[in-house]
Amino acid sequence: MLKMTPTVLKNLFSKSSTRMYPFEIREPFPLYRGELFNDIDNCIFCKKCEIKCPSQCITVTKDKESGTGTWTCDPFACVYCGICVDVCPTQSLRMEPNHRKPSASRDMIEMVGKIKMPKKKKAAPKKAE
Amino acid sequence: MARTIIPFGPQHPVLPEPLHMKLVVEDEIVLEAIPALGYVHRGLEKLAEIRDYHQMIQVVERVCGICSMIHSLCYCQGIEEMMKIEVPERAKYLRTIWSELHRMHSHLLWLGLFADAFGFESLFMQFWRIRERIMDLNEATTGSRVIVSVNVVGGVRQDLTPEQCSWILTELAQAEKELKTIQATILNDYTVCKRTKGVGVLTKEQAYDLGAAGPTLRGSGIAQDMRQLKYAAFDKIDFEPVVENDGDSFCRSKVRFREVLQSIDLVRAAIAGLPQGDLAAPCKGNPEGELITRVEQPRGECLYYMKGNGTKYLDRVRIRTPTFANIPPLIAMMPGIELADVPVVILSIDPCISCTER
Ligand code: SF4
Ligand code: SF4
Repeated sequence: MLKMTPTVLKNLFSKSSTRMYPFEIREPFPLYRGELFNDIDNCIFCKKCEIKCPSQCITVTKDKESGTGTWTCDPFACVYCGICVDVCPTQSLRMEPNHRKPSASRDMIEMVGKIKMPKKKKAAPKKAE
Repeated sequence: MARTIIPFGPQHPVLPEPLHMKLVVEDEIVLEAIPALGYVHRGLEKLAEIRDYHQMIQVVERVCGICSMIHSLCYCQGIEEMMKIEVPERAKYLRTIWSELHRMHSHLLWLGLFADAFGFESLFMQFWRIRERIMDLNEATTGSRVIVSVNVVGGVRQDLTPEQCSWILTELAQAEKELKTIQATILNDYTVCKRTKGVGVLTKEQAYDLGAAGPTLRGSGIAQDMRQLKYAAFDKIDFEPVVENDGDSFCRSKVRFREVLQSIDLVRAAIAGLPQGDLAAPCKGNPEGELITRVEQPRGECLYYMKGNGTKYLDRVRIRTPTFANIPPLIAMMPGIELADVPVVILSIDPCISCTER
């Protein structure tokens, strides 16, 4: 125990190594994979993220009739690996470096956006008669 | 006193994981230990049938919390060998850096828990405070504290900038300084020696015959380390296994303590030799064939058997984790020790039950 005494004394008179958590929050590191967001206006509903996601928590559906697409993510199944962010061809997915807020109910992130229809060819102008 | 059978676990304060042991004791002396495993089977190997081989990387990372990087490294190496992918040099060095950071934080976690097992709370806190530095390095460079997800088939996903490298070096220098101040405590202190020296002895012959792995093996005087197989960048970095000869709990903790310092040197060497180049080689096609890969995890040798059939799903993934190899030696250590020493001895092999049962 004697060998430890200098360390113990030093710790006693130095400042605390921990933080008073809810009042004092450490700045997150910029690379930290904390929370997943989809910028739905850029999403083209290509399903790449759905196919590559290892925990299979993304579902992408397209509804041709109403011209809308739905991007759903189950944040409780997500493992925050960031694969979907890497594969998204339009960079509409991004990760923010803060933790998700705790939640009492299991809710899904559901986003509805417009499908970008291939541009219709303009009907050939009718010949003037 | 007549023989009594005392159950140890599945839930026990010293061990966060469910390991059950039936201890046959007579007068507080353990005569025999009968292990019972199988409380946390998760069926991860079965997932290979419904997750393709890229997605399996994230699955095997979750076999073990604190050697996640090294699990995925082993898996990716196997797939790369099957598909004959040449990994870029820079990726190999980066893999080495992160796997050594993982080894450090795993050993520091264990050293803390070990101190806690014989009641040295203050030492426990010291080790965990140093560990926090390593966790911060992980978080800032890869994006996650524990499950870093940096490996992909063919290379790595993240890069290290020169500023990050120099920051890693300064943090490691600080960690090394702090470790040196508590070196005398863990290696020389009366309390620590009293509880660990001569407790749970595994002789060299026993270690060899029972197939011990990792620090348990090296603590018994056998210089065997899978990093000698020269995977990742270990062919370019000088490496000598850490060996201690007595085979008791004290030697096993000494091996781990010295390995932390060794890992610091290995990271330094890897950062000094970090070449420029690509991060990942392109990966086309599907794996076919079968093979075995081995890497050194903090706890010892980890072995992957993989069988690919030319589709994107693997036929079979079999994982043998180091704790699985270390359970027979653990049973051999038990007879003759006092009941009060049982937690110390069990902890001295660093059991990771969730890995063993996957
Ligand atoms: S990969 Fe990107 S663009 Fe494609 S569906 Fe997912 S979020 Fe939308
Ligand atoms: S972060 Fe990973 S688990 Fe989460 S949605 Fe993206 S790919 Fe799936």
